[in-house]
Amino acid sequence: MPIAKVNGVEVEFEPGMTVLQVAELAGEEIPRFCYHERLSIAGNCRMCLVEVKPGPPKPQASCALPAAEGNEIFTNTPMVKKAREGVMEFLLLNHPLDCPICDQGGECDLQDQSVGYGRDDSRYGGDKRAVEEKAMGPLIKTVMTRCIQCTRCVRFITEVAGVPDIGLISRGEDVEITTYLGKAVASELSANVIDLCPVGALTSKPYAFNARPWELKKTESVDVMDALGSAIRVDSRGAAVLRVLPRLNEEINEEWISDKTRYAVDGLGRQRLDRPYIREAGKLRPASWAEALSLVAEKLKGAQPDKIGAIAGDLQDLESMKATKDLFSALGVANLDCRQDGMALGAGPRESWLFNSTIAGIEDADVILLVGTNPRVEAPVLNARLRKRWLAGALTIGVIGEQADLTYGYEYLGAGPATLSGLAKSKSEFVKALKAAKSPAIILGAGALGRADGAAVTAAAAGVAKTFNMTWNVLHSAAARVGGLDLGFIPGEDGKSASDMVAKGALDVLFLLGADELDLSKSTAFTVYLGTHGDAGAHKADVILPGAAYTEKDGLYVNTEGRVQMGQKAVFPKGEAREDWSILRALSERVGQTLPYDTLAQLRAKLFADHPVLGRVDHAPSGAMVDLGAIGDKGELSDQPFANAVKAFYLTNPVARASVTMAECAAQASGAAMIAAE
Amino acid sequence: MSVRRLAANQPESFAFSPATLKEVKVWIAKYPAGRQQSAVIPLLWLVQKQEGWVSEPALRVVAETLSMPVIRVYEVATFYTMFMLEPVGSHALVQVCGTTPCMLRGAGDLISVCQKKFGNRDHKSADGKFYWQEVECMGACSNAPMAAINDFYYEDLTAETFEALLDDFAAGKKPKPGSAIARQGSSPEGGALVLLDPSLYDGTRAKPIKTLPNAPPKARKTKAPAP
Repeated sequence: MPIAKVNGVEVEFEPGMTVLQVAELAGEEIPRFCYHERLSIAGNCRMCLVEVKPGPPKPQASCALPAAEGNEIFTNTPMVKKAREGVMEFLLLNHPLDCPICDQGGECDLQDQSVGYGRDDSRYGGDKRAVEEKAMGPLIKTVMTRCIQCTRCVRFITEVAGVPDIGLISRGEDVEITTYLGKAVASELSANVIDLCPVGALTSKPYAFNARPWELKKTESVDVMDALGSAIRVDSRGAAVLRVLPRLNEEINEEWISDKTRYAVDGLGRQRLDRPYIREAGKLRPASWAEALSLVAEKLKGAQPDKIGAIAGDLQDLESMKATKDLFSALGVANLDCRQDGMALGAGPRESWLFNSTIAGIEDADVILLVGTNPRVEAPVLNARLRKRWLAGALTIGVIGEQADLTYGYEYLGAGPATLSGLAKSKSEFVKALKAAKSPAIILGAGALGRADGAAVTAAAAGVAKTFNMTWNVLHSAAARVGGLDLGFIPGEDGKSASDMVAKGALDVLFLLGADELDLSKSTAFTVYLGTHGDAGAHKADVILPGAAYTEKDGLYVNTEGRVQMGQKAVFPKGEAREDWSILRALSERVGQTLPYDTLAQLRAKLFADHPVLGRVDHAPSGAMVDLGAIGDKGELSDQPFANAVKAFYLTNPVARASVTMAECAAQASGAAMIAAE
Repeated sequence: MSVRRLAANQPESFAFSPATLKEVKVWIAKYPAGRQQSAVIPLLWLVQKQEGWVSEPALRVVAETLSMPVIRVYEVATFYTMFMLEPVGSHALVQVCGTTPCMLRGAGDLISVCQKKFGNRDHKSADGKFYWQEVECMGACSNAPMAAINDFYYEDLTAETFEALLDDFAAGKKPKPGSAIARQGSSPEGGALVLLDPSLYDGTRAKPIKTLPNAPPKARKTKAPAP
């Protein structure tokens, strides 16, 4: 490997690295605005100037200069410092210096770097330029006078998000960042430009003037808005979660998160269940915990086990599902289900419901078949990774299901199961590529599984995967799904499934653990709802037990790869609400089946003892061979086309449905008039 | 130069005329498949040739024709100042050079003429026939001062000749482009001053060349070295 000297210290580097990267290898920090590891190199801010020998006797932009064998790089000479100070002075000429009223204050690259390279006064006496504000939709607030034209936002939206909506118009000192005639940015990843913006030009609209970064308590946690389990940082002040930011996790989300992950959190403060309720004469009345729990216990004790059922929702942590399962199993109940959409997975080996390529590993695939899924709305961050892989070239993607703009090119094969089952005999270009592929993968979406003929579709897909030796991947759309399946939260012997449980007269007591995606209108059972929001489940409930949302409890989540991740409590549950597992523990005592754990640690110990596979936190099982023949049941395939599981991206769960920001985004996306936020 | 924006009043739609469409195809064919976007500048220029200016619907049509995002076309159209983003005069688009050589040779007078006849720069005149603007150097410095009117250069102007020229345009005539003082190209005013000797041109001074200039010196004849 070639060797260069950085400030006199020899460093070995990989061929093709830039001078900036080599300097970073040597531990030298280079100031920069436009350069970003995950974007193309623009080289237009000039802040990263260094001296390189041999070369012209002037400072050079290190981000765009390839390093060469024998280079001598200097990052701290007087010439470099003077050059950077010059760049900084020019950047600040037209910058308004309105830090006291700027939301970026305290986490601003320009602010930080001006400490190192700024002057204490200005030599500029002329008029500063002012730039009109731009409309970029309900999430991105613009103060364009602050823009330093680094074009990170343009490059992100064009390259990573694949929705070329932002551009740099005009020229010279008049350049402006804008969308086309004030169009909202139509990407599910749009708000990442707020993190990328090194100054306060693009800031968060919902978070505008809410808080300063140093006032916030930062809690590292895990996202539950989709099944990827993106790494997030929850910023809270007092009892309120003010914002969510991405954390770096190369294995899952790199450093992006979807707009829903970021902005659904205002839903955590709305329509919350903050105390127990009991329905009397058709109306809910506030009740005490003792009263509510006793009523539930009485109903549970009075009902036959085969007339009791429990359904777990899409945002639940492992602990609450484990406690629920333990309690109801102790009561002899077999009617358990965590699959509100009725997806036909759960029996058989664990690998059959996992994304076995792993999210990072999907980049090694050379042919990918998407069945009944639109990753752009079901897992936007995964979609960005697929796009990245597609841009790298030598990737063929085929789609069976709904046709949509996925931000990358694909071959559309067909709409329904017939195309899937006929694939082996097809002579299309895609099948040719599939036959020649070295590491093909199939990604099966929830839309293909949650159907009446789901089991048959699964078997057909497994057949295709077996024929072409494809890696078996299931892309779930619910954060709790893999965890629920891992716990065996599925109907036992002669147990009813979720859709059977809500049928008329099927049960006497129905326990909903945060389950809000079911049609409960036919159910005649006495309904207990343990959850966070006044959504579908609570509307039908006879007793409401207020639980904790994902930011309010320590919890384990299993993402679609089967990776167990630990979420952390950022704030306390609202009002009288309690952590879900402790409610179940209290209930178990009243039912006379006391659960054998008094603390979360004991619960987790039991969980890991019963399910050792869940004990490996932050580990994604990969490379396991799946017995594809054992997946699904061969059966009649209907000719109904696959429909995507996520119909409205911004409104998939109770938290998002309670969020005003998400409602605005949904209205924007559907082209309807914007709901005024004020 | 100021911030370039699209005009407030835009036509409903834009379509290439059959003649322009033929040229569009020629331009697109110059680039390899998948690289049609390279034709964006020629296409915008064709739009401007057809309509006199580049309208917002035209940006969308160009984007669609080249299957590229409309924001990219917008970037190009606002970057290059030769694309007019609002309607120009029906008779002439007058672009007066105001850069140093022209300025020293009296571009200020031409600018005053425009100001007097048409009003403020970057606007249509009251009768809608003219649109004038000051532009940077157009590379005709030896014929300064000059103005580009529509597609041609008009050079060696004075306030009087310029005014007469503009009157011709207003009357619907097509004045002859080039120097107003009828000099040939950029040759000196009033005829040539050097190389006047006729014998330079009648061939009398020609004689055969013995050695070509810069030819390598001939190798001297040397005796073969003794064995």
